[in-house]
Amino acid sequence: MKNNILIIGGGPAGLEASAQLQRMGYNVILIEKSPRLGGHLAKWDRLFPDGVPADDVLGGLIKELNGVKYFTDTDIRAINRLEKSYNVRLTNGITVLSDAVLVASGFDLFDAVRKEEYGYGIYDRVITNADLEAWFKTGSDKRIDNPRKIGFVHCVGSRDEKSGCRSCSKVCCATAVKQAIEVKQAFPEAEVFCFYMDLRLFGRHYEDLYLKAQKEYGIRFIRGRVAEVSENIDGTLVVKAEDTVASKPLKATLDLLVLMSGMRPSASGKAVGDLLEMTVEEDGYFAVRSGIAAGQRSPLPGLFLAGAATGPKTLPETLADARAAAVEIDRYLTEIFPDARNYKQLVRERW
Amino acid sequence: MIYEGKRKIWSEYQKEIPDDHYFYVRSCIRQSFFPASEATFLRITREALGKDIFETEHHTTCGGIAYHSDTIPQETVMTIIARQFALMAKYGYENYVCSCITSFGLYCETLETWREFPELEAKIRDNLWKSCKLEFAKPKFLIHASDLIYKYRNNIAAQAVRKLVNVHTGEPLKVVEHIGCHYSKMFPSKGVGGAEYPYVLVGMIEAWGGEIVDYPERRHCCGFGFRQYFIKGNRGYSLSNTHKKFESMEPFKPDLIITNCPGCPYFLDRWQYVIAESTGKTYGQDGHGIPALTYEEVAGLVMGYDPWDLGLQTHQVGVEPLLDKMGVEYDPAKKYLGKGGKDLGTPVACSCLR
Amino acid sequence: MVDFGFGLVPSSRINLDLFDKEKYEELAAMEPDVRVCMACGSCTAVCTAGRLVQTSLREAIEDLKNARPEKALEMLGACQLCGKCSMVCPRGINTRHLILSITKVYSAG
Repeated sequence: MKNNILIIGGGPAGLEASAQLQRMGYNVILIEKSPRLGGHLAKWDRLFPDGVPADDVLGGLIKELNGVKYFTDTDIRAINRLEKSYNVRLTNGITVLSDAVLVASGFDLFDAVRKEEYGYGIYDRVITNADLEAWFKTGSDKRIDNPRKIGFVHCVGSRDEKSGCRSCSKVCCATAVKQAIEVKQAFPEAEVFCFYMDLRLFGRHYEDLYLKAQKEYGIRFIRGRVAEVSENIDGTLVVKAEDTVASKPLKATLDLLVLMSGMRPSASGKAVGDLLEMTVEEDGYFAVRSGIAAGQRSPLPGLFLAGAATGPKTLPETLADARAAAVEIDRYLTEIFPDARNYKQLVRERW
Repeated sequence: MIYEGKRKIWSEYQKEIPDDHYFYVRSCIRQSFFPASEATFLRITREALGKDIFETEHHTTCGGIAYHSDTIPQETVMTIIARQFALMAKYGYENYVCSCITSFGLYCETLETWREFPELEAKIRDNLWKSCKLEFAKPKFLIHASDLIYKYRNNIAAQAVRKLVNVHTGEPLKVVEHIGCHYSKMFPSKGVGGAEYPYVLVGMIEAWGGEIVDYPERRHCCGFGFRQYFIKGNRGYSLSNTHKKFESMEPFKPDLIITNCPGCPYFLDRWQYVIAESTGKTYGQDGHGIPALTYEEVAGLVMGYDPWDLGLQTHQVGVEPLLDKMGVEYDPAKKYLGKGGKDLGTPVACSCLR
Repeated sequence: MVDFGFGLVPSSRINLDLFDKEKYEELAAMEPDVRVCMACGSCTAVCTAGRLVQTSLREAIEDLKNARPEKALEMLGACQLCGKCSMVCPRGINTRHLILSITKVYSAG
């Protein structure tokens, strides 16, 4: 008999872990609360640092699923912890007896309305990174009308204790640089400004992207957080910031302002966490077992974590985390269910 | 501008404003700047709305101006405030309404400080007993006088004889609202509508038929800034801040500015004169200024009170163009008559500001 | 006009709306490296003149972008063209050449 593994969340982490565990011979059930697989990746157009289409990456992940059973539009209704496994009732009426559960509930984008001073949802030409990405994908957004001056605000809902978001969201700096380049490609005559506090371009090729943005696209990086946005009579925006390098307050009139909404713990993930009585840290993300070496094990037996459920991660980090979770789950199941006839067991027996 | 977005934020910042029975405290500077405003507040709340608004001549300044000018210790200010609260309790009231925004901000700050540092509250209690042999009770509800007019804005509209509408064109008057900094910038949750998009004055204007104008420097300070104004060497900063606001609102061609703070209508009014006389620039139509009124004055106008009883002659910027637009009847000959028809003399005309 | 003994104070705020894009592009065409400065301050740290008078290439570049070319020119007037800054620039900017180009483009009126 094979072990059942329930994977909660059909974003990149859930997809990658599902594919890996399926290949190891486990019986994987993947659930996704929304109507389609892919999570935020499905809404993105191109990815930093090299601009590959998000659809290609997502297509690759879905192709690798290779027969994994998945249910979209499906959430969890109830979970009972049994001696060695979890009895999970799904909203589609199915009950799964699962020997391991992987929570890959990902993140929510920070609701930019909460930064009232930026006027998202009030001023017509204030949009978010997600809105811009949707425009790259569909080309339709009446707020984007041949803008000549475009600003990007880094750290919206990141590094902002007043909004209850102390941590860095990690991906927004590189996303802002990527989007600034793309918007400059779309409107070559435009002046593009990035308002940042620190540029955290830590990953491989990210610094190259930054250099390219400066050198080839003439994007201006201004160190200082935008602190107030307002609207002129003609609908253009007035933004106030400090150029902290020049130590002077600064004003600019812009045609479009893009807010780099950061990552927040997933609200539906939290609901699942409540059912499972999972530990949440002060930052709102799920706790791993102990210390930095614990990786993907939660403090509860048989319960594992992957991706942004344990804090902001880039896509490659999420995928690596998912693969690591698969290995951890395999190790756990082999220890707890030594007699289960999983693929590995069968292979060993045939040899 | 997306109105629905603002409504969403407004709905998140609502505060409880009791219906009736208030202990009222006046503002030091309003009584000399625009003295009829407080009289109008009492007239509207007591006579038109039938509310119980109690005041006593024994209350004093809150000490706010001295506090914000760094000339008084915080504990002294808190003891003064404790004494006002003691008076409220003595006369059997629990709801405290103040006329002044500086006071309102300072009361909020004091109550929050006591909440965080109860030992300080105990010390102030001790100070008050030693100095005045009084004991205080904290107000159950602390509100600003504009909150109360906001609460009853629709009742006022129901009794109004006219709207904030240009009678010649039928168009609503374009109104700029200006909120005192200390109304909600320090404690957004204490103000109706919060701090970024306050609703307290917007609600009045909407109810009374005017059209609100939002302009880029709406959130900017009026320019008072306490020590920026008090010290002559800094006064240019005060003037420059006001100038910045007027330059920003100019393209919107507002008919009227409505304010809820003692200093704001004063500086938005008087500095228009200084800007006009020192630079030649005016912001209203045909060399006029933009009238900057208190919310009580605006309420009084829609209620049909006589403009000279409302004290509109104490404004430097002439209000006649506004009165003409609204179709308010007034006797120009009575503009500068005092109580009992006493002739107060006519001010010297300005050279630039009409 | 009346003298009140006080008056409007000029704003010291940076106004990006005044940025002269054409002029800056003219400079950037000659001197593409002006774009890659990341304001690390290495140049200023080792400047021979900057120890004695207010001069900083980092600040001058910032001033150009912040629509204050007159400040940039004034600052660079003290440069001795010793070349120390070119040794330390992490982005390899030919700083001496850049300083001369800035002066050429922005002094032209």
